[in-house]
Amino acid sequence: MGMTMTQKILAAHAGFDKVEAGQLIEANLDMVLGNDITSPVAINEMKKMKNQTVFDKEKIALVMDHFIPNKDIKSAENCKCCRDFAREHEIVNYFDVGEMGIEHALLPEKGLVVAGDVVIGADSHTCTYGALGAFSTGGGSTDMAAAMATGKIWFKVPSALKFVLTGKPSKWVSGKDIILHIIGLIGVDGALYRSMEFVGDGIRHLSMDDRFTICNMAIEAGGKNGIFPVDEKAIAYMKEHADKPYQVYEADADAEYDAEYTIDLSTLKPTVAFPHLPENTKEVGSFGEVKIDQVVIGSCTNGRIQDIRQAAEIMKGRKVAKDVRCIVIPATQAIYLQAMREGLLEIFIEAGAVVSTPTCGPCLGGYMGILAAGERCVSTTNRNFVGRMGHVDSEVYLASPAVAAASAVTGMISCPCELGL
Amino acid sequence: MQAKGRVFKYGDNIDTDVIIPARYLNATEGTELAKHCMEDIDKEFIHKVKKGDIIVGQKNFGCGSSREHAPLAIKCAGVSCVIAETFARIFYRNAINIGMPIIECPEAARSIEDGDEVEIDFDSGMIHNVTKNESYKGQAFPPFMQKIISAGGLIHYING
Ligand code: SF4
Repeated sequence: MGMTMTQKILAAHAGFDKVEAGQLIEANLDMVLGNDITSPVAINEMKKMKNQTVFDKEKIALVMDHFIPNKDIKSAENCKCCRDFAREHEIVNYFDVGEMGIEHALLPEKGLVVAGDVVIGADSHTCTYGALGAFSTGGGSTDMAAAMATGKIWFKVPSALKFVLTGKPSKWVSGKDIILHIIGLIGVDGALYRSMEFVGDGIRHLSMDDRFTICNMAIEAGGKNGIFPVDEKAIAYMKEHADKPYQVYEADADAEYDAEYTIDLSTLKPTVAFPHLPENTKEVGSFGEVKIDQVVIGSCTNGRIQDIRQAAEIMKGRKVAKDVRCIVIPATQAIYLQAMREGLLEIFIEAGAVVSTPTCGPCLGGYMGILAAGERCVSTTNRNFVGRMGHVDSEVYLASPAVAAASAVTGMISCPCELGL
Repeated sequence: MQAKGRVFKYGDNIDTDVIIPARYLNATEGTELAKHCMEDIDKEFIHKVKKGDIIVGQKNFGCGSSREHAPLAIKCAGVSCVIAETFARIFYRNAINIGMPIIECPEAARSIEDGDEVEIDFDSGMIHNVTKNESYKGQAFPPFMQKIISAGGLIHYING
């Protein structure tokens, strides 16, 4: 019996020729990631360790993104804790205000993750880098502390689900609609403890930004990781962004999967996840009027340049509806700058939206767009749990940047096609 | 290793945002976090919970963010074990890594009711419901995880 793509990467990093699903292994890490919320906990844990030196100062990334520029005294102290630690240990990849971005958009952009890597991050959406053909998964702060000190971490080798994507998606169907459709299909625990491997001819129609979005939300189906094969698009992306060498792994032809799903992308429609779970998906057009109070376009799921461009295409020459607040947050400084150069920020501001410096901000109910009781938000983020974006009686509807932008214009959940686009 | 206590029972997909809402994440100390544990789903929890008590959830307990603040808040609230049909994977890792015992057992998760008195033996994975006089066989920890838990978490385990 062969190995899946994920199993091959894990075997190589654990020093085995072969691993099997369920096996406990210790794998060598190529990158360890933490943010301003999880790193302080990890740093405190590390202070309890006998060996307090980091295993490799180039293989640790600390990204200040959740509450920055700092929203209050406690978050300032948390960032200071990270900053002091980074200085003391000469952490090369420390990103603070001015160089920052949301971690999962920033790491690929800075070339810090490439195909074949094993990455652990103290953040659940670390699974994003599977788009590049890496094994990456989220852990906790103690994982991060142990990983920073030893460069290794324990894993249970996952079994896998195979998603065969065929056909070409239509104009307003993006990576977000594809992953929401899949989560609707298998449920929020449909991939629990497993890898989600995406294959098929359909993937050639997906940009890297689409693939990052898809892998980003693997965790919303309970998945341990999401992963794409490495094709020319992935190689071109790595050539543009990374200096470090990459390694391409392919699943064996006789690899075993727990289940296989074939999805014809040409049949998918723009999809929205209703409160309060990402699995509560409905196709736009299949439900009645849902009036909204706020739109958020951003996050590690959909704050990349393709997302910002798509939203701008829809908002161009239009206005945000009277009773709607629309907040656009490019995910990194580079994306912000690119959007500025392309004149996209002007389009948003002229439409009556606001544009924020990169931050997680409202995605986790931190700041910069918190909801009051009874308010509804269409958001391009990844979670719509109770109270995720503010008051426990507020509601979050997850959607693509295209649907979010169209909804900002009409004041209710809408497809761009309703604007004649 | 054993645990004994009264049960607080919850449903499917109890996510980390309700276990410890993000608005409190600027705190890192377990005792501070514990004050807000389960607040968005059960305001009474923190006033009623006693040392040794047990949480029973259903499917996918602890889904959502990777915040270790979630199992930490539960542990520091005095809870001795969480039983569920299944756990979200990062919650599972985090709980083991901070030395908070958790057991997967679909039968126990279904049968145990709110307020039942329950005893757990971690070595065998046996769960005994004292109130109903029923027993359920849960998953015993692999030896490697027992070592981490009895060391008091991954850091102490690494320290040897
Ligand atoms: S944007 Fe949201 S989901 Fe992504 S890392 Fe930030 S808080 Fe987490």
